[in-house]
Amino acid sequence: MISTGDFSRFLETFAARIHAAKEELTELDSAIGDADHGINMDRGMTAILELLPGLQGGDAGTLFKQTGMKLISTVGGASGPLYGTFFLRLGTAFGTATEIGPTELAAGFRAGLEGVIARGKAGLDDKTMVDAMVPAVAALEAGIADLPSALDAAAIAAAEGRDRVTPLVAHKGRASYLGERSAGHQDPGATSTTILFESLRDALRAG
Amino acid sequence: MKKLINTPEREVDEALAGMAAAHPDLIRVEEPNIIVRKDAPRKGKVGVISGGGSGHEPMHGGFVGLGMLDAACPGAVFTSPVPEQMLAATKAVNGGAGVLHIVKNYTGDIMNFEIAAEMAQAEGIEVASVVIADDVAVKDSLYTAGRRGVGGTVLAEKIVGAAAEAGADLKTVTALCQKVQDNVRSMGMALTSCTVPAAGKPTFDISDDEMEIGIGIHGEPGRRREALKPADEIVEMLVTPILEEGIFASGDRVLAFVNGMGGTPLIELYVAYRKVNEILTGRGITIARNLVGSYITSLEMAGLSITLLKLDDELLRYWDAPVKTPALRWGV
Repeated sequence: MISTGDFSRFLETFAARIHAAKEELTELDSAIGDADHGINMDRGMTAILELLPGLQGGDAGTLFKQTGMKLISTVGGASGPLYGTFFLRLGTAFGTATEIGPTELAAGFRAGLEGVIARGKAGLDDKTMVDAMVPAVAALEAGIADLPSALDAAAIAAAEGRDRVTPLVAHKGRASYLGERSAGHQDPGATSTTILFESLRDALRAG
Repeated sequence: MKKLINTPEREVDEALAGMAAAHPDLIRVEEPNIIVRKDAPRKGKVGVISGGGSGHEPMHGGFVGLGMLDAACPGAVFTSPVPEQMLAATKAVNGGAGVLHIVKNYTGDIMNFEIAAEMAQAEGIEVASVVIADDVAVKDSLYTAGRRGVGGTVLAEKIVGAAAEAGADLKTVTALCQKVQDNVRSMGMALTSCTVPAAGKPTFDISDDEMEIGIGIHGEPGRRREALKPADEIVEMLVTPILEEGIFASGDRVLAFVNGMGGTPLIELYVAYRKVNEILTGRGITIARNLVGSYITSLEMAGLSITLLKLDDELLRYWDAPVKTPALRWGV
């Protein structure tokens, strides 16, 4: 079972990894976007770190709902509403449970993914965070009988999804303005989503 | 990076404090970082708000005041504001007649305004939204985020703000804003990049003998990179695609807006305006009104954008109506 404390460690790990990757994400975004993805995500996750001490004792739903609302109110850009919606849906799926089983975990991530698609209206191959999240959630669901290996498979699937769309032309967000010139550039949103699944794996494995 | 700032983190807050100190007769600045017309809300008047990333000054905060915007929501530099700003602005300007959101077509702006509109409607405030997407440099297709909102936004805010000031209802004001969107087209170019303060280095590299045609207002690349040309040829490259849109014909009256990107001297904008006038006159199009200056900028980027709006009597009347804001003032 996964406790609220475990999830809190996941968010801490995600915040630390985003902070470490701030320059890299901003660099990727300069090439095909508007050079703010690392800065914005770091601002949002730094705010989450301040929030965590007060939420660790409660339920997992509240932890993720508060995380989602805080991201929507601090990040701005497209990533604020998208990551915010992801965590809000995850929180709604977990409800008032303080311990989450593997099946509920996978269902929560599925709900989060559906929220991202509903808000951003991106599909596969549009070259966005969705291209990392779709295969990652599918891998999580497929291997959920063995949680550690499912988490590992999800992180690997996210990275593969991120790399698979690098040669493609972006169809959503500011990268789409580049047309053919976006091909060959790694997508910053798919990159931060890969970091999210790597953080989940590493945080839950450590527990 | 060489900038006249204290720290990147404090730049937007300090600029807002400066605006509040400079224009207490026109605006007030409130939490969470919104610029509100001093006498808002005005009972029975439709509220008109806009917002977007900072770094485009004077847009949008410089357009808050009589006859234009009731409030503006500035985000971090080049980053959409967050929904709680638009919600707070919507409430601050709601005089009971509803509120129009003028939204530039960027993925982040659309999503954040959408969330704010849902929240405001849940609180019982009537909200309408119009998306400005006038940049002809971007192909409007299923395979892009659609055209960007650029120079046409300034003209929409002026015209729509005048109609709201004159007492038009939300439905009328919304239809008018859509009419501006349907009749306005823009295209821009850059000679140099800009530097987002928090990033600390230029958004793109461009050599001294190159220019970017079709640039956006955030340093997003445009249609193509090519060798620098004389001003007249550059103006041709921008005006031609606008005229090919099929909106402007011989005999039409237009508003011609030649806009500096932030780092362009006015003398160069007039060199460009001279050529715009020559091209349009040659096509039998009359420039009935014009606006020359830096009103929608991209930090310190050098370059310009050209916007044409087809005018009719209604648009002309609202353009000429009194306006009193930090950045645009006439008729009062």
